[in-house]
Amino acid sequence: MDSNSNNIVQAKALGKQVPSPEGTLTILDDINLSIKQGESLAVIGVSGSGKSTLLGLLAGLDIPTSGKVVLNGTILNDLDEDGRAQIRNQSVGFVFQSFHLLPGLTALENTALPLELAGSVQAEELAKQKLADVGLSERIHHYPNQLSGGEQQRVAIARAFASNPKILFADEPTGNLDQKTGQRIIDLLFNMNKDNGTTLVMVTHDDALASLCDRKIIMAGGRLTTD
Amino acid sequence: MNTFKYAFTGLKRDWYSGELRLIGISILIAVACLSSVSFFTDRVRRATEQQATELLAADLVLISSAKIKNEFIDSANRIGLIISLNESFRSVVVKDDQLELAEVKAVDSNYPIRGHLRTSDDLFSEEQINATVPAAGTAWVDSRLLQALQVTLGESINVGAAELIVDKILTYEPDRGGDLFNIAPRLLMNRADLDKTKLILPGSRIKYRLLLGGKSESIDLYRDQLKLDKNENVRVQGIKDARPEIKTALERAEQFLGLAALVSIALAGLAIAMSAQRFAVRHYDNCAIMRCLGLQQREISQIYFYQLMILGLICSLFGCAIGFFAQEGLNQMMIGMTQQSLPKPSWRPVFSGIFTGLITVLAFALPQLMRLRKISPLRVLRKDLTPLPLNNYVIYIVAIIALVLLSPWQSGDISLTIYTVLGLFLTAIVLAVSAKLIIKLLKQLQPKLKMTARYGLANVSRRSNQSVMQIMGIGIGVTVMLLLTLVRTDLLAGWQNRLPDDAPNYFLINIQPDQVEGIQNSLSISLNNDITLYPMIRGRLTKINDSNVSPDDYEDPRANRLAAREFNLSYADTMQDDNRIVAGEWWSKSENIENYFSVEEGIAETLGIKVGDNLSYSIAGQEIKGKVLNLRWVEWDSLNANFFVVSNTDALMSYPSTFISSLFIPDSKRSVLIDLIKQYPSITVFDIDAILKQVRAIMNQVVRTVEFVFIFTILTGIAVLFAALQSTHDERTHEAALMSALGASRKQIISGLIAEFMLLGIITGILSAIAASIIELALAEYVFKMDVVINPLLWLIAPLVCCLIIVATGLIGTRKVLASSPMLVLRKT
Ligand SMILES: Nc1ncnc2c1ncn2[C@@H]1O[C@H](COP(=O)(O)OP(=O)(O)OP(=O)(O)O)[C@@H](O)[C@H]1O
Ligand SMILES: [Mg+2]
Repeated sequence: MDSNSNNIVQAKALGKQVPSPEGTLTILDDINLSIKQGESLAVIGVSGSGKSTLLGLLAGLDIPTSGKVVLNGTILNDLDEDGRAQIRNQSVGFVFQSFHLLPGLTALENTALPLELAGSVQAEELAKQKLADVGLSERIHHYPNQLSGGEQQRVAIARAFASNPKILFADEPTGNLDQKTGQRIIDLLFNMNKDNGTTLVMVTHDDALASLCDRKIIMAGGRLTTD
Repeated sequence: MNTFKYAFTGLKRDWYSGELRLIGISILIAVACLSSVSFFTDRVRRATEQQATELLAADLVLISSAKIKNEFIDSANRIGLIISLNESFRSVVVKDDQLELAEVKAVDSNYPIRGHLRTSDDLFSEEQINATVPAAGTAWVDSRLLQALQVTLGESINVGAAELIVDKILTYEPDRGGDLFNIAPRLLMNRADLDKTKLILPGSRIKYRLLLGGKSESIDLYRDQLKLDKNENVRVQGIKDARPEIKTALERAEQFLGLAALVSIALAGLAIAMSAQRFAVRHYDNCAIMRCLGLQQREISQIYFYQLMILGLICSLFGCAIGFFAQEGLNQMMIGMTQQSLPKPSWRPVFSGIFTGLITVLAFALPQLMRLRKISPLRVLRKDLTPLPLNNYVIYIVAIIALVLLSPWQSGDISLTIYTVLGLFLTAIVLAVSAKLIIKLLKQLQPKLKMTARYGLANVSRRSNQSVMQIMGIGIGVTVMLLLTLVRTDLLAGWQNRLPDDAPNYFLINIQPDQVEGIQNSLSISLNNDITLYPMIRGRLTKINDSNVSPDDYEDPRANRLAAREFNLSYADTMQDDNRIVAGEWWSKSENIENYFSVEEGIAETLGIKVGDNLSYSIAGQEIKGKVLNLRWVEWDSLNANFFVVSNTDALMSYPSTFISSLFIPDSKRSVLIDLIKQYPSITVFDIDAILKQVRAIMNQVVRTVEFVFIFTILTGIAVLFAALQSTHDERTHEAALMSALGASRKQIISGLIAEFMLLGIITGILSAIAASIIELALAEYVFKMDVVINPLLWLIAPLVCCLIIVATGLIGTRKVLASSPMLVLRKT
């Protein structure tokens, strides 16, 4: 029990199946996983092995067909879509490979969005703070199409940390960036992670990046293969 | 490669993608609307021709001042036509010591070949339809003659040497028509008694008529065989001249319907163009890959051309089928109007429907799809290589050409069509420009707004181009809807108001100047209403600008007749309410040093009279000269007393005149008339209730028909809404997924969407209200020629209705967006 309370995320006998023309297709099979508070975890594996699917399930973006996910003490299976949205809003941050900023909103508005969704009154100040943390104080009123890829990803990182999440999920955060910019983003991500005491779960193809993490798990054919 | 086969399988595959379905449905609605309208007008037109034959009492009439030659009768017999002969002449009819000039008509038992005689047994009482004509030895007289001779039914009167018993009061004869006030009262008798009258003498002025009836082919055949000698003085009357009031009413009906159909097509075109554009964008990759694999540009063009043709053909056929059933419904409504079912529909509307469907889809979708041939195969490596966007002018020009091409059938009136099409495009452009401006202005507000409102505004302004398209598309739809509602309520009400329940149903004529005051007083007491009496002076036009007017100068038979006969002039110093100046100015009372004329525009055109011309009239043997100061449009279907030519009071006041008036007398007060006639035996009363009822029935039908067609226009408007939503569907799906991943609840996402749609709705509503008001005013002024007042409620209702429609349709159109899983953000880039 004691060790459990330390775990921010737990997956138990997690499985995901999808219907396909040839019958049901198993994408994830019997995944058991515990992630401690403050830990950083790299998920690696070949393309199609199920990394994104697992990330989605752990973050509550999707529901498993078998097994369960416990996030910050809550069993996600028991919640409806709105309930999970609330958990995502309060405890989870995301950084995606293709940034996913809302193109109609400025950097500041994008960053403030999760706070506003939560009904925070100081959304703007907090967002400004986070944008300063990622070094974009000068660009807060710019729209995504006025920012470079690296800058957009920094806005995404500011947005991910805006609501002080307990856990941050990143799916190949450097996948769309050149090596040098990618390196800066990684540095930023790890620093922010350390400063905020956040747990980090990161999908990556980059072994060097993976080795920066406290722990790594390897996926193959929808299963975990511990090395 | 077999491009046709590929096109066909591709069509089946893409049918589920939505855009094709919307293109198909748009064609379907447009063609259904168009074909139901043309099926219907086609039948009505033929029904009108039938009615017109009734106005002739036959399908064809030969009129001659000499006895009808036997060869004309023989050839009619050979072809197997129904034949009826009659003679008409003016003669004095005598009862005791009373003499009255009457228009006598002697008919045989086949009269009338078309239509019926109607009679009554008492003055101003219920009338019956008669299948017979007066028996030998009897006569039927109209109420005027009855009043003038002070004869009662069953008494006898003398026509020439013959003594006839007055049997019935003649209330209606189908071919009476013409100028109600120029003919003497009627006496109808049997031809068998004609010789007894001893009135048929050499030199007596008798009109001989040969009435013919039969199938239209036989009538045409007869007409072709008819060899008329120029000096023989035989006039042939076909079924072309219907009664003017009814003709105007039907023409208006066709215009209303045609406009609705045209607008439907334009809206469908817009929906098709928007869907086609998205369809093209979605096929960029496909085409790039196929080009990589070696497909030629020509083959790509072929594939999409075939696809559109197949789609257009199938949907047009279904549209025609729907149109056919819809007009059957219209027909049911029409039965009330004509008291009989319409002629069977012809096949012509099917061809025009399919033609329209194909033209519409090709004009609006093909330009978009033809861009696909320009796809660079390099796109497989570089995603950003999209073909150049179409030059907007190309799109507009093709669309305008298509609409103009399709329009002549619709309104039957080129100028009306050009105005409509130009109006639509002008509206579109104005809507787009103002929308863009408004969005730009609103954008300044964004930082100050609350989250959902800001999110909504952000969406509207970021998709500025699509938003403008949506506002334009939906705006045109709503403008038209508003316009049709306004046209329906304001314009149609304005039109119907001309014939209110108390529209005149009686005419008083032959009032002598010294009776004017007495009659006005007695009527204002008994009817509680002030009655206007108009002076009427008979005159013949002799000169236009010093050149003599002779019937031979005019080729046009109408002009010819008008030039030949005397017609009624009147004088006034203020214009009648139901008239409107179209050129020149009305005179003021003080400036009457000269004589001025005001001429009705139709007759002015026929006779070639312009403002500033000098006219000479011969009145009671004297010549009077005056200047044309203005041309007037006259609302003939108001059934008020109206005059082709009016002068200023000073010009004609001294000439011999009688007075006429039109007035409404409710059934309950008919006795007023009897008293009036007793008091003033010399005046004559005309009952125009029958005409009035017919005109009113047509108007009511027209209103209902327009309402019916209006449904189609709303449907195409909604298709435009869906097309506009569809064009932003992918983006919305992605955004909703992202918002959800960031922790937005369903409610938050929905309120964001609602905020966006409401904003669009308000902008659209206000712009549409402005556009609709302007167009309505223009239509009222230039096309329908009536006064309308813009309803202030419009400014409240339009934004409200737009919000409702856009929010409701928007939410239905984006329900799939709401169902999208947040997992999308991990899958799609
Ligand atoms: N909704 C779905 N329907 C069918 N198959 C799916 C669905 N979602 C995922 N898959 C399949 O599941 C497998 C795992 O997908 P996932 O995206 O998790 O792989 P991944 O490890 O993230 O790959 P990559 O490194 O390329 O991103 C793939 O074979 C994918 O095709
Ligand atoms: Mg992945």
